[in-house]
Amino acid sequence: MMRNTTKSLLTVVSVLLPLVLAQSAAGATLTVCRTCALTSVKQTVQQAQPGDTVLVNGGVYQESRIEINKPLTLMGKNNPVIDGNFTGQLIGVTADNVTIQGFTLKNVATSYTRDDAAIRVFERINIKILDNTILKTYFAIYLQNSDRIVIKGNKVIGENKGKNESSLGNAIHLYYTDNVEISGNNVQGHRDGIYLEVVKNSQVHHNTSHQNMRYGMHFMFSDGNTYTYNTFRNNGAGVAVMYTTHVRMVHNTFEDNWGAASYGLLLRDISNSVIRHNTFRRNTTAIHMEGSSQLDIKNNDFERNGWAVKLMTTCREDTFRLNNFTGNSFDVSTNGTIQENHFEQNYWDKYTGYDLNKDQQGDVPYRPLSLFSMLVERVPPAVMFMRSFMVNLLDNLEKVLPSITPEQLVDGQPLMKKINHDNDRKFVQVLR
Amino acid sequence: MGKIIKYVLYDIVKSKIIIAYTLFLLLLSIGLFNLGGSPDKGLLSLLNLVLLTVPLISIVFATTHFYNSYEFIELLVAQPIDRRKIFLSEYLGVAFALSAAFLVGVGIPVLLFGASLTGVYLVLTGVFITFIFVAMAFLASVITRDKAKGIGIALMLWFYFALIYDGIVLFILYTFGDYPLEHATLAMTALNPVDLGRILVLLNLDVSALMGYTGALYKSILGSLWGISLAFGLLVVWVLAPLLWAKRIFSRKDL
Repeated sequence: MMRNTTKSLLTVVSVLLPLVLAQSAAGATLTVCRTCALTSVKQTVQQAQPGDTVLVNGGVYQESRIEINKPLTLMGKNNPVIDGNFTGQLIGVTADNVTIQGFTLKNVATSYTRDDAAIRVFERINIKILDNTILKTYFAIYLQNSDRIVIKGNKVIGENKGKNESSLGNAIHLYYTDNVEISGNNVQGHRDGIYLEVVKNSQVHHNTSHQNMRYGMHFMFSDGNTYTYNTFRNNGAGVAVMYTTHVRMVHNTFEDNWGAASYGLLLRDISNSVIRHNTFRRNTTAIHMEGSSQLDIKNNDFERNGWAVKLMTTCREDTFRLNNFTGNSFDVSTNGTIQENHFEQNYWDKYTGYDLNKDQQGDVPYRPLSLFSMLVERVPPAVMFMRSFMVNLLDNLEKVLPSITPEQLVDGQPLMKKINHDNDRKFVQVLR
Repeated sequence: MGKIIKYVLYDIVKSKIIIAYTLFLLLLSIGLFNLGGSPDKGLLSLLNLVLLTVPLISIVFATTHFYNSYEFIELLVAQPIDRRKIFLSEYLGVAFALSAAFLVGVGIPVLLFGASLTGVYLVLTGVFITFIFVAMAFLASVITRDKAKGIGIALMLWFYFALIYDGIVLFILYTFGDYPLEHATLAMTALNPVDLGRILVLLNLDVSALMGYTGALYKSILGSLWGISLAFGLLVVWVLAPLLWAKRIFSRKDL
């Protein structure tokens, strides 16, 4: 056994070692610093050969319009700063196999015609953008028509004070780009934190997106993507996902998205997707669903939201199972009487039924839709009468004799106890 | 005037009903805070209690008290004392006694279990509601000499403000749902002290739901310092209007 292991290890090393050597032999390393022979990042990049590494030492480099047109590794050491002084785009990538790592990039002005970004990639394959800090830019990371991309560990801080949506760009903006890994980024102060349009087969995980003017994350026509362990907090309108199928959203946290037109998660024309183990906390509306079908919404926590679920009548065959609904002002609200969605085995803190046979499921069905929530949906100002005695009376009457609320919208087996399903909660908290 | 208030207070304490009221509130508040789990939940349950029972007890107690002390009032009127003084002393005596009962019965538990700005609003609302419904009780009492009729009017007033009013407004909102009703709703809530008090507390509790598109408007109006002062100002008007009206009737009335 032991010998076998040693042998296989040797094989691995003997295969890998030449590869590693070849890699290092292929490229020279050019060092840029204030006192070196090379003092300009732009010129050094121009001089470099394909496969070289350009190592930039700490210091401030007042440059812009750096064009990487050959496979390069652009590496920052001791946090070099590239300050564009609002003179245009900072780094444009026009070659495959490029890595940009460890820089602070700052000051790109709003440019409506060119969409200037700190890092812009156009029609390229295998690009890595790692551990950069990007400050005060229009767009921060902008990719289009590219493939096999890694965007990891970047921190993006924009200035959105006194600006409106149209004069702000997105922090991470992807357009027609597939096979992307976006992870461990912290983005704030832009229009959308993460914007994906026609991005397929990608992973978005462990990101934090907060205080953005519009959406924490916004994606459209992006099928087959996975979103895990992200936190979306305090964004103008939460997270919006549209016109997409086969999405997995697991272990994300949506919190503190509240305001006049705010929600934790807006689902619009989403189908065949999985939404599990997410936490929705203190949002005006936790999930707003429109035209969405065949969603599997399971094991989520809805805590202290204004509306936990706004389910429009255009939604079909969505299943809500084993979710916790606690401390929400309204659990479910809808705009019509036809309902083709299923609620089963959720925990509702407003449930007042009993469990005679002790199977942990209430014997009386729970109707999460109150008469008052329907009234508020129809006449928003009626929200002022929340918790009025008259309203409670009407709600209770409706519970006994449902007449206006949809007959089908009912949880037949409401749980008696809150489900303790989030074993990974600690993990998420540590990351935050 | 101080002397009459003292006599009124003494009379009320002697009747022991006020002590029972205090104990009732105290027991309910402590119970609700301990059952509710979180202080927020306790405050919410307490809010419903304050908005329902406090007006009822205030109005019934004050009306019966007024009729029961009719002879005492007649005796005082025979003395060279200004009628307005007699009336205000009676009013303040009853209002102080009920407010003190409320402060002990609800204020102390809130201070102990749910001390927060919301708690302060709740207690303030309760005190205002006590003053308002005692004033309404006095109005009901001076309108008619018949005790049964007076209590009937008082109960109708309570029924109207605590229950029917909300139903009427909801009906109006439902019927005219196609029109922009934001400001109309705000005006209609100002016409009922119970609603006004409820909204003051709710703006602090259920902020997320109220922050929907219309909620944002209310929050911006009522959530600001200006709005809160306006709401409390309206509550003061609600105390003064029935009180001054009743005083006017009382000072002209042939007893």
